[in-house]
Amino acid sequence: MTTRAKAKADAQRTLALDILNHGALALVALLFLFPFFWMVSNAVRSNAEVLAIPVRILPNVYEWGNFAKAWSELPFGRFFLNSMIVSVSVTVITVVVSCLSGYAFARLKFPGRDQLLMAYLGTLMIPGIMLIIPLFLIVNNLGMVNTFQGVILPVAFGTFGSFLLRQFFLSIPLELEEAARIDGASRLRILVSIIVPLSMPAIGLLSLFTFIGQWNNFLWPLIVMTGSDNATLPVGLTYFQTQQGTAWNFIMAGAALSMIPGVILAIVLQKLIYNSIALNAGMGGR
Amino acid sequence: MHETAVANAVPAKRRKSRLDAGEGRTAFFFLLPSLIGVMLFLVFPIIASVVLSFTNWKLLGQPAFVGFANYTRLFTADPQFWPVLRNTLFFTAEYLVLNIIISLGLAVWISSLKMGQRWFRVIFFLPTFTPGIAVAIVWMLIFAPDGFFDFVMSSLSIHIPSMLTDQTLAMQAVIIVSLWAGVGYNTVLFNAALDMVPANYLEAARIDGASAWDRFWKIRLPLISPTLFFGTVMTAITSLQVFDQIYVMTRGGPGNATATLGYAIYQRGFQNFQMGYASAIAWVMFAMIMALTAFQFWLQRKWVHYDN
Repeated sequence: MTTRAKAKADAQRTLALDILNHGALALVALLFLFPFFWMVSNAVRSNAEVLAIPVRILPNVYEWGNFAKAWSELPFGRFFLNSMIVSVSVTVITVVVSCLSGYAFARLKFPGRDQLLMAYLGTLMIPGIMLIIPLFLIVNNLGMVNTFQGVILPVAFGTFGSFLLRQFFLSIPLELEEAARIDGASRLRILVSIIVPLSMPAIGLLSLFTFIGQWNNFLWPLIVMTGSDNATLPVGLTYFQTQQGTAWNFIMAGAALSMIPGVILAIVLQKLIYNSIALNAGMGGR
Repeated sequence: MHETAVANAVPAKRRKSRLDAGEGRTAFFFLLPSLIGVMLFLVFPIIASVVLSFTNWKLLGQPAFVGFANYTRLFTADPQFWPVLRNTLFFTAEYLVLNIIISLGLAVWISSLKMGQRWFRVIFFLPTFTPGIAVAIVWMLIFAPDGFFDFVMSSLSIHIPSMLTDQTLAMQAVIIVSLWAGVGYNTVLFNAALDMVPANYLEAARIDGASAWDRFWKIRLPLISPTLFFGTVMTAITSLQVFDQIYVMTRGGPGNATATLGYAIYQRGFQNFQMGYASAIAWVMFAMIMALTAFQFWLQRKWVHYDN
């Protein structure tokens, strides 16, 4: 009797501890989510109420129309579209260029290949912010200030994609392409119809992180897009700060809207994101 | 053309060389888009940045070479440079330590759960996928005078000046925001590494009577130390470049209290148009990144355990 009763008491105690453990972390998570709540809570009140003292956690009057008003106050739809154009274009160029170069590094023999690959890896150590000035001067000289080309091209040729896809291509068995080669398929044909379809996990990952990186990018569009109509979302958000004081409620509404794509992707693709980060963890930087 | 000439010169290897030459040509065309982009937007800017840092170019007019004048001015004549350097190091040191401690703590906590691990991971990861500007703007409202933060503090009867307008507290506000935005990535990274620790190691230790504390310090921590090292190096590199939060929340102020190297590059380059001077600051930043990374690689011999 005693052992069974003891086991039962133990099980009950672990269960209680488990519930406590989950509950405590849930509390921390809720605290962590507070800024998101605060954003929405302030987006749906009048600007006077945002600034009212003392602070109110929930609005007195809910003004859900603020989202629509913020959208029309500044050319927000335009900012959204601009961000979309930039993020999608950079992603497409990055994927195409990285597929081509990744394949060359993984499968083709040419003199100096390994040295070139090392040089590519070396460029990954250069911090982006350092190159801002010469990049701006290049864009300026090419007459691309305030153009989409100016925002898109300088960030679309990173070397990380070439390296990532090379690593993935190496894991695809050679035999799969050999049959096609004997049939006389060109290398480009092999890349497009055999390698790329098999590499969708890696290409998806590269696309996801490139897209989000550009969607959230601030400094580069801030410098290149000087006219207000050409601004991307993050740059456009800062415009609420200067025009006739700060329209806090509209900024909050705009900020909340700008977060939607990232939040949706993070939730929907959580497994892919976890796996990709786990890959990093597994390699441990080796 | 060249390849055929070489192939003809070595008849014994002719067939193979011709094949190789064909492959070399294909490789050249496959690499061409990437090479053009990398040359134009990476290699050339790196060289240009070095050259610029030795000129006095102000965007308009002719640049002149000034030798090390920019660097001398930085270290000896610019009254703002040392505070900026100190702010950057202060930010990086405090942010790095807190980020690693908090994200490791959260990762261990999450991995101790029996249910819902993935949802907690998503929650802490969310800020990573949202625009840093949007994040900084909300926190600016939270820290505004008589805003939510001041409200909480006065409810707790803690009397401190408003964070963003106080010389000594503004940097703390920037660090809090950066932590909120940046802890999630490392949390998921460390959590993934902890998931990979073989369960039978921990089980064996438990049977041998090792406490949870011992199992953490003597088994889990050494086994994830390569990942911990990787996370620390990457976090250090990004935190030395901090910009977005500072631009939105404080513009380097109050006074010079939150001006960092990243902000100084922007300010000197794109507000004062001192392109040469700003490039010199960029190279100081690069030197610091390299030095800190080298230091971490040196330090890793003392605490990172590799299996093989």
